Amino acid sequence: MAARFHTGRLIVYGLAGLIGLLLLFAPFLFPDVRAQEVAARICIFIVLVASYDLLIGYTGIVSFAHTMFFGLGAYGTAIALKTMGPGWDAILLGGAAGVLSALVLAVLIGLLSLRVKAIFFAMVTLAAASVALVLASQLSDFTGGEDGMTYEAPKLFSAATKLLTDDEGKTLRIFGVAMNGKILAYYFVFLSSLALFLLMLRITVSPLGSVLQAIRENEMRAEAIGYRVVAYRTGIFCTAAVAAALAGVLRAVWLKYVGPDVALSFAIMIDILLMTVIGGMGTMVGAILGVVVMSLAQFYLKDLMEIGAEATAALPIVPHLLNPDRWLLWLGLIFILLVYFFPAGIAGTLMKKDGGR
Amino acid sequence: MIPLLSRINVNILPVILAVIAFALIGSASSWVTLTVAGLAMGMMIFLMASGLSLIFGLMDVLNFGHSAFVSFGAFIAASALAALGAWVTGDSVFLNAAALTAAVGAAVAFGAVAGWFFERVIVKPVYKDHLRQILITMGALVISEQLILMIWGGVPISVPRPAFLTGSIVIGGVAIEVYRIFAFLLGLAVYIALYLVLNRTRIGLLIRAGVENREMVEALGFRIDRLFIAVFMAGSALAAMGGAMWAGYQGLITPMIGSEMMILVFIVVIIGGLGSIEGSLLGAILVGLTANYVAFLAPKLSLATNMMLMMAILLWRPYGLRPAVKG
Amino acid sequence: MSAILRLDDVHTDIGQYHVLHGISFDVPEGGVFVLLGRNGAGKTTTLRTIMGLWRARRGAVIFRHRDITALRTPDIARLGIAYVPENMGIFGGLTVEENMRLATSTGAFDRTRLDRTLALFPAMEKFWTTQAYALSGGQKQMLAISRAIIERRDLILIDEPTKGLAPAIIRNMIDAFREIARETTILLVEQNFLFARSLGSGVAVIDDGRIVHTGAMADLAADEALQTRLLSLSLAAHQ
Repeated sequence: MAARFHTGRLIVYGLAGLIGLLLLFAPFLFPDVRAQEVAARICIFIVLVASYDLLIGYTGIVSFAHTMFFGLGAYGTAIALKTMGPGWDAILLGGAAGVLSALVLAVLIGLLSLRVKAIFFAMVTLAAASVALVLASQLSDFTGGEDGMTYEAPKLFSAATKLLTDDEGKTLRIFGVAMNGKILAYYFVFLSSLALFLLMLRITVSPLGSVLQAIRENEMRAEAIGYRVVAYRTGIFCTAAVAAALAGVLRAVWLKYVGPDVALSFAIMIDILLMTVIGGMGTMVGAILGVVVMSLAQFYLKDLMEIGAEATAALPIVPHLLNPDRWLLWLGLIFILLVYFFPAGIAGTLMKKDGGR
Repeated sequence: MIPLLSRINVNILPVILAVIAFALIGSASSWVTLTVAGLAMGMMIFLMASGLSLIFGLMDVLNFGHSAFVSFGAFIAASALAALGAWVTGDSVFLNAAALTAAVGAAVAFGAVAGWFFERVIVKPVYKDHLRQILITMGALVISEQLILMIWGGVPISVPRPAFLTGSIVIGGVAIEVYRIFAFLLGLAVYIALYLVLNRTRIGLLIRAGVENREMVEALGFRIDRLFIAVFMAGSALAAMGGAMWAGYQGLITPMIGSEMMILVFIVVIIGGLGSIEGSLLGAILVGLTANYVAFLAPKLSLATNMMLMMAILLWRPYGLRPAVKG
Repeated sequence: MSAILRLDDVHTDIGQYHVLHGISFDVPEGGVFVLLGRNGAGKTTTLRTIMGLWRARRGAVIFRHRDITALRTPDIARLGIAYVPENMGIFGGLTVEENMRLATSTGAFDRTRLDRTLALFPAMEKFWTTQAYALSGGQKQMLAISRAIIERRDLILIDEPTKGLAPAIIRNMIDAFREIARETTILLVEQNFLFARSLGSGVAVIDDGRIVHTGAMADLAADEALQTRLLSLSLAAHQ
C-alpha cells in the first residue's frame, strides 16, 4: 500500500511536470508555426479548464457560461486593440473592461441563481451564454459578427520585431529559432498562464479550498456549521469568471483574431467540459492532462476519421459517420462513456488507486 | 420586496405586459398582430416546455438533451411534408389535413420512441446524480445534433405549409395569419388535454403526487419508474410536436432550431416554475409575447429582454411564478 | 404467537455512515409493537430499511416467512405494508380525498372501510375537498394514518406520530391506534415513552444502531431503573 501510494501520484505529477517542461521549451522543441499555435492554445486552455474545475470539480457548480467569460475577456481586448490601435494601453484598458464586465455578470448571475438548486444554475448560465452568443453575432458593428475581427497586437509581439540581432543586424537564431517578437509573445502567454494556474492551485490548497469541498460534500451541513454557502459559491464563481476572462485576454493578444468560433461558441464550452472530465474533476493537475490529451485527440482524431472514411467509402452510412466534420459526434460518444465509466478522469482514476482522497 | 408585488395574481402578468406593450406600440392593428403572434409562439414553446417541466418535476431529472427532440420533430415533419408533396399544396382541405396529421404524427411518434430510448439508455443510469446527469444529457445533445447534421445536412431546409393553413383572415381590419390561429388552438387543446389527464385521471393523480413526493408514492405501492418512462415519452413527444409546429411556422429550418428554441424553453420553465404545466403555460405566454413585442420595438434586444425578464422574476420569486407544491 | 415481521442482523449504511449495526427483533402478529429510542438511534433508518427505501447492506428483513430485503418499495407495499413517515408524506397539493384515493389499490373506495376511517377521524370528512397543505399538523397526521388504513393492511409502520402534537390530539390518537390495532399489526417508532407505554404490548429499545433490549412493554413500564438505563431519561423528566 505504502509503495503504491506514490506510484499513481508520481505518474500524474510526473506527466504534468513533463508537459510543463515541454511547454516551457516548446518554441525550441517544435519550431514550426502550427505547433506553436497548439502550444499557446494548450497554455491558455489549461487556465480555462483549471478555472472551470474550480467550479465543477471543487465546488460542484455546473456552469455553461464559462465561454461567455472567456469571450468577454477576448472581445474586450480585441475591440480595444481594434479601435485604439495596437498598444499596451489598449490591452490594459480593453482587458480590464472585459474582466470587469465578466466579474459584474458573475456577481449578478451568482447572487440571483446560486441560491436555488444547482440545476437552475446550469439552466440560467446556459441561457446567459446563449444570449451572449446571439448578441455577439447581432452587434456586428462592435464585434464583427459571425466573421469576428482581426487586428494588430503590440509591435513588440510581431514576428518582424528583432529581439536579438547578430553581428550582421539579422535576427539572432538560437538552436535555429529566430529571436523575434513571436517568441516573446509565446512566453508572455506561457508565463501568464503559469502564474494564473499556480494562483488557482494556491486557492485549492488554502483553507478556502477545504471550505468549498465541505460545501460540495454536504451543503446543508456546511450551512449549519455556519459557512455562508451562497457567498462562498458566488465568490468562487466570480474567481473562475475572472480567470476565464484573463485567459480570454491572452487568447486575443496571441491570436490577433477574435470571433465566435475561437472565443464564444458552444463548441468551446463542450471542449472545456470534455477536458475537465477527461483530466479529472477536482484535481488541478487534471486540467493539464485533460487539455493535452484533448488537444492531441482533436488533432489526430480528424486525421484518423479521414482515413477511416476513405477506407469505408464503399459502405453505406459508415463513411458519413466517419466524415471528419462529424468528429464532435465521436467526442460526444467518448464523453458519455467517460462520464459513465471513468467519472474521476485520468488524474482522479490514477490517484484514487492509491487509496488517496 | 414591494408588498404589492407579492399580492398580485401572477396570472394577470401577461395582461399587464400586453397593456404596457399597447402603450409603447401605439398602433392597434400592429398590437393585435403582435399579440396573436406572441400567443401562437407562446403556445408552441409551451408544447416544448411542458414536457421538460414535468420530467423534472417527477424525477428531478433535467434533460439538457430535450432540444434534440425539438430538432428531430422539426426535421421529420419537414421531410414528411416534403414527401407528401401534392397533398400539402393541393386544394383539398381533407388531404391537407391528412398530410399535416401525418407529419405531426410522425414527429410525435419519433419523439415518443426516442424518448423511451433516451430514458432507458442515457438517463436511467444517472438518476439522482445531477452532475453526471447534466454532463451526460449534454453529451447526448451533441451527438443528436451531429446526427441531424449527418442526415439532413447543414443547409437550411424549407418547410412546405399545408395549403389550408396559409394566408390570413381579416378580423376587424386586422389580418391574422391562419397558421398562428391554428398553432394557438393546437397548443390550447394540448394544454386542456394535459390538464384533464393530470386532474381527472388516476395516472394524473399519480403524476401530481409523484412530483410532490416520489418516495411516498412508491411507499403506497406504485412503480414510479414506469410512470416516469411514460411521462418522459410523452414529454419528448410533445417537444417533437412543438418542433414540428415551429418548423411550419418558420418555413425555413436549420439544425440549430432546437438549441435556439431551448434558450426560450429554459427561460420559460425557470419563469414558470418547474413541475407544473400551469407554470409552463404562463411562462411560455410571457416569453412569446415579450419576444414579439420587443422584436417590433427593438429587434436586436428581443432575446436579451427575455433574459432580463427571467432575471427579474428570479429575483422576485426564486422558484418561479407557479412551481409545483413540494411536500 | 408467530412473528409477522422479523429483522435478522440488519446493517444499513447511509452514504458513508454506518447507521444500523446489526438490528434483530421480531414483531409478533397483532397489537402494537414499539421501537423505542432516542433521536439518532436509528429508528427511522430501521423503518426505511423495512420499506426498502434504504437498502440493508447485510442481514434480512422477513415478512410472513418471505425475505423482502431486496424487493422494491412498491412491491413491499403491495404485500400489505403501509408506511407513515415522520414527515407524514402528505401530498400538499392534493385534496384530502385525492390523498386517500391514492392509497387505494384500484382508485375506488370500499364504502365500509371509508365510513369506518371517517368515523375514526371525523376531521377528514370535514376537509374532504381541502388541499392537504392547508391542514393543521394534527390533521395531517390523521390523514397520513387514514391513508394507511383505507385498505386492509397486515402491518403499518408509523414513525413518531406524536411529534409536535398537542396532548389532547395525542389522546385521540391513542384511541384510534387501539381501534386500528384490532385488525392490523402496528410497528410504532417512538421516543415519547408515555405514549408508547399506553399502546405497546411488545417493545424493543434501539440505541446507536443496535437493539439493546427486547421484552414486554409491561415489564419495561414497571422497571424504572431499566428505563433510566435504557432511555437515559426518567418518566418524570419526560413529563
